[in-house]
Amino acid sequence: MMMSLFGIVFGVGFFIVAQAQTSGFESFFKRTILGVNGAIRVADRFQSTLSSVVAASDQESGVNFVVSAREGKQYVEGVDYPDALKEAISRFSEVTGVSEVLEGRVDVTSGFRSQPARLHGMRLNDHLAVSNISDQIIDGDINVYEADANSAMVGALLAKRLEVKAGDYILLASREGSRRYRIACIYETGIEDIDKQRIYIDLSEARSLLGKPFGGAFLQVNISDPEKAPIIAAHMERTFSHHTVSWQEREQVWLEVFRALKVSSAITVSTIILISGLGMFNTLAMMVMEKNREIAILRSMGYTRRDIAQIFIYQGVIILFLGTFFGWLLGVIATFSISRIPLHIRGVFSADHFIVEWHWSHYLSAALISTVVILLASIIPARRAARLEPGTIIRGTSL
Amino acid sequence: MTHTGERADLDTPVLQVDGLHRWLGEGEARVHALKGVSFDVEHSNVYGIVGPSGCGKSTLLYLLGLLDRPDSGEIWINGNPLAQGSDEDRTRARSVFIGFVFQFHFLIPEFTALENVILPMGKLGKLSEDEMRDRAQGLLADVGLGEKSHRLSRHLSGGEQQRVAIARSLANDPAILLTDEPTGNLDQKNSDLVFDLLSRLAHERGQAILMVTHNDHLAKRCDRLLSLRDGSFV
Repeated sequence: MMMSLFGIVFGVGFFIVAQAQTSGFESFFKRTILGVNGAIRVADRFQSTLSSVVAASDQESGVNFVVSAREGKQYVEGVDYPDALKEAISRFSEVTGVSEVLEGRVDVTSGFRSQPARLHGMRLNDHLAVSNISDQIIDGDINVYEADANSAMVGALLAKRLEVKAGDYILLASREGSRRYRIACIYETGIEDIDKQRIYIDLSEARSLLGKPFGGAFLQVNISDPEKAPIIAAHMERTFSHHTVSWQEREQVWLEVFRALKVSSAITVSTIILISGLGMFNTLAMMVMEKNREIAILRSMGYTRRDIAQIFIYQGVIILFLGTFFGWLLGVIATFSISRIPLHIRGVFSADHFIVEWHWSHYLSAALISTVVILLASIIPARRAARLEPGTIIRGTSL
Repeated sequence: MTHTGERADLDTPVLQVDGLHRWLGEGEARVHALKGVSFDVEHSNVYGIVGPSGCGKSTLLYLLGLLDRPDSGEIWINGNPLAQGSDEDRTRARSVFIGFVFQFHFLIPEFTALENVILPMGKLGKLSEDEMRDRAQGLLADVGLGEKSHRLSRHLSGGEQQRVAIARSLANDPAILLTDEPTGNLDQKNSDLVFDLLSRLAHERGQAILMVTHNDHLAKRCDRLLSLRDGSFV
């Protein structure tokens, strides 16, 4: 029985640690991508240009003449009237910020090398409301960027490749021309694809450099509850006739990976609890066989079948309470210890140690799984014990 | 079911048995263990049930103790028909009316003598914890084990364990004490001690005692002797 108890303790503890880790990384990933690309992206305007048309109909005979066409939408690059759309979007009660962003390809040249890059033109004050860019600065000063329209913010990996630092100059070249910018600061999001190719400059500078004085931009939107992004995005799409993508849709692949990891680790660790439950079932089943004389004598004294079953269920319940309590304790200690382990992660996010999430649902889930397993493991032997006929056992012993 | 005083009327039989039949085994091994056994048991008497091995003594005792069900016939305890009663009624009757002493003591080895004696009282639930403890201590003193009440039952000798089993059987002050070879594992001295104890209880407390025994010496000391041959009284 002690082995079963230890099994439950370790099962519950490991379950909590596994969930804390996978949830921790998942939450951190969500925070990172929300802090970089926002919750909703409102991009190309669309118009329903093609649809089947009823040319004529006869209601009496029920015959319709339809000119059929391949139905669909035609997209026009960028948002229409960005200022008006921003204003309209801002009226959604859940919206906390809207930033107009113009994206384009440029070549960036430093004193050492040349590199292709993605240019993002934005207004800093607007963008601060839809991103965590101010928290991502690792070199330089964002106030310098704000004060100087001819300055740029460069991703950390790109800066490393170009061998530049804050205060250095770079040349940005598009098909329309080239301009020189001072690097106001270097940022690191932790997302490799962004850090190695994105450069931020002021929106009007970007329009000028890319030769797009009007249109072509998208809106990056932040909302108070990011979990509601799909509903709000769908609502915006219907209202404004613009292609709108929530962060859940945009990052579906990674979110699926995290979900699969979470489920997979939960299943793997649950097997420890399951095996402990099997061990406990085995122990209790053996105990019923070994203690059948005691069961018979208790029955002869007036103990009911329910009383006998309860003896074995109580043992399971004691194991459940002790196992869950000490498992929780182990989970807390192990989660805390793991959160202190150094771990250098770059790629999908930036972290220097294991990331864990403390959430009551992990403890509740572990307790629920162990409750189901232990009750099943106890009830079957308990029912078997309750079914024993005292006369048969005592007669067998007396022979 | 009558529970008041549990032995309210000492003039009527505490136990009545009518036409008990019991078959044991399956197929060709099936035997007619009891063939229409009928008798009454009065208060304050020690009944000895004797007979050769396999004549049905223990089978009869388990039927009377409601640990087994007869194929036909009826058993009344304090006027309540219980042979085919519900499991709940029969279990309750065992708790209230019946005490058992088996050939093997069947004590719970992990419990002390005192705890073993408290067990039936705990189930009946009529006494407080202190009252149960006092009563158990008194019963153990009656069987000469007052000083050893806190010893684990597995640390007692065979004779002592059997005496604890007797004290336990008396815990709820049952109307009937059913004993199956209670001295079977004891030497003559301890056998006499146990029998004297049971006999004294019957006469002092008005309990009816049915004792299955192979011991001729003890059988002769019983108030009434019932001889069983091939499933019938002779």
